[in-house]
Amino acid sequence: MLAKRIIPCLDIKDGRTVKGVNFENIRDAGDPVELAIEYSKQGADELVFLDITATNEKRKTLSALVTRIAKQINIPFTVGGGISSVEDVSALLNSGADKVSINSAAIKNPELISELANQFGSQCVVVAIDTKFDNNEWWVYINGGRINTGLKTIDWAKQVTEFGAGEILLTSMNNDGTKKGFALDITKQISEAVNIPVIASGGAGTVEHFKAVFTAGKADAALAASIFHYKEIGIQDLKKYLKNNNIEIRT
Amino acid sequence: MKTVIIKYNAGNTRSVTFALERIGITPLITDDVDEILSADKLILPGVGEASSAMKYLQEKKLDNVICSLTQPILGICLGMQLMCEYSEEGNTNCLGIFKQNVKLFSRSELKVPQIGWNTILDLKTELFSSVKENEYQYLVHSYYAELGVNTIAKTNYGLTYSSALNKNNFYGVQFHPEKSGPTGQKILENFIKL
Repeated sequence: MLAKRIIPCLDIKDGRTVKGVNFENIRDAGDPVELAIEYSKQGADELVFLDITATNEKRKTLSALVTRIAKQINIPFTVGGGISSVEDVSALLNSGADKVSINSAAIKNPELISELANQFGSQCVVVAIDTKFDNNEWWVYINGGRINTGLKTIDWAKQVTEFGAGEILLTSMNNDGTKKGFALDITKQISEAVNIPVIASGGAGTVEHFKAVFTAGKADAALAASIFHYKEIGIQDLKKYLKNNNIEIRT
Repeated sequence: MKTVIIKYNAGNTRSVTFALERIGITPLITDDVDEILSADKLILPGVGEASSAMKYLQEKKLDNVICSLTQPILGICLGMQLMCEYSEEGNTNCLGIFKQNVKLFSRSELKVPQIGWNTILDLKTELFSSVKENEYQYLVHSYYAELGVNTIAKTNYGLTYSSALNKNNFYGVQFHPEKSGPTGQKILENFIKL
């Protein structure tokens, strides 16, 4: 059976991880490569690197970092953050990334999704959707939740699927950072409305939250950052719990 | 030992190169016929679309070269599918080494592509030496090879299909050993030892 995936996310700024981590066997907590190796040893199924570097000049260092990561780890990884063109994607894939995630650029130019799918294959195109519940509806937001695009999340999810997205990374802005659980309703709605995998993100605080997002939320994968960074939940413990609760998981 | 990764328009040569380097092998990435023929081991990687990949292999006259090889060659993902008889992807006649046909997963019943870690079972041949039944491997694909005489590993996704194939010196795996943790690395090591 296909297993549900656990995906730690690392925020990268100027080539360094943003949130400090203190794993015992890591010498440099700010080095994304060391962290990536550690997560992969612990049993992470994939990794996501989100580049939040502000300037294009510094962003150029990303490709070199991607190659360092690809040399060291033997699980798949996705790179996202500020990707806006076929050239950006080509550079990252050639550096060794397995997938890229695009967000605002897809809203501004949905054709970009099909261009990427045609050129590189759907399997490496993850469309990230930031969603917020407001006025009785889930809307698509961009710019870190500041701008409501006026698109309903369910409609946009269907559209990106038609354009050739390989996966959807769905982040609930209402839940993100709360540690009160994933947004189960919209995750389930999207997962049932499209026939591509849905990665749920935002709100993970306990192992029970992961179980809920895989069962009630029907997610194919779950992404989290801080609970893994601050060792509030160990990946091995999480996977053991899920397996004991009859969820298909790679242990 | 000379290990060649065959260069063509549908390769993820980077990931495979890095994976080989992790087990101490420095591969040569080339589409040069003499280099290919003189290799001890070859890998046909593949991330891409079947009909354009086949067309490219034919234009470069690599199709006959690959079929004529007698040394061990491992097709990965699309590389394995290209070694099959026929693919529904782009209605493509492939290399015909394995007698299997390649079909599209049912989009009405399943999420397509299948993305993630799935188990491999009924393992045969030295490729899976010391690999346990039901180990997880990483897969990303919309098309699958049917079961048949060449099947040396099976996986279930809606139906049971061939996740690895073998005939003589030709091996193919649908999963990505280069991205499948320690078990994937073991399978690559096994191939190199063949």
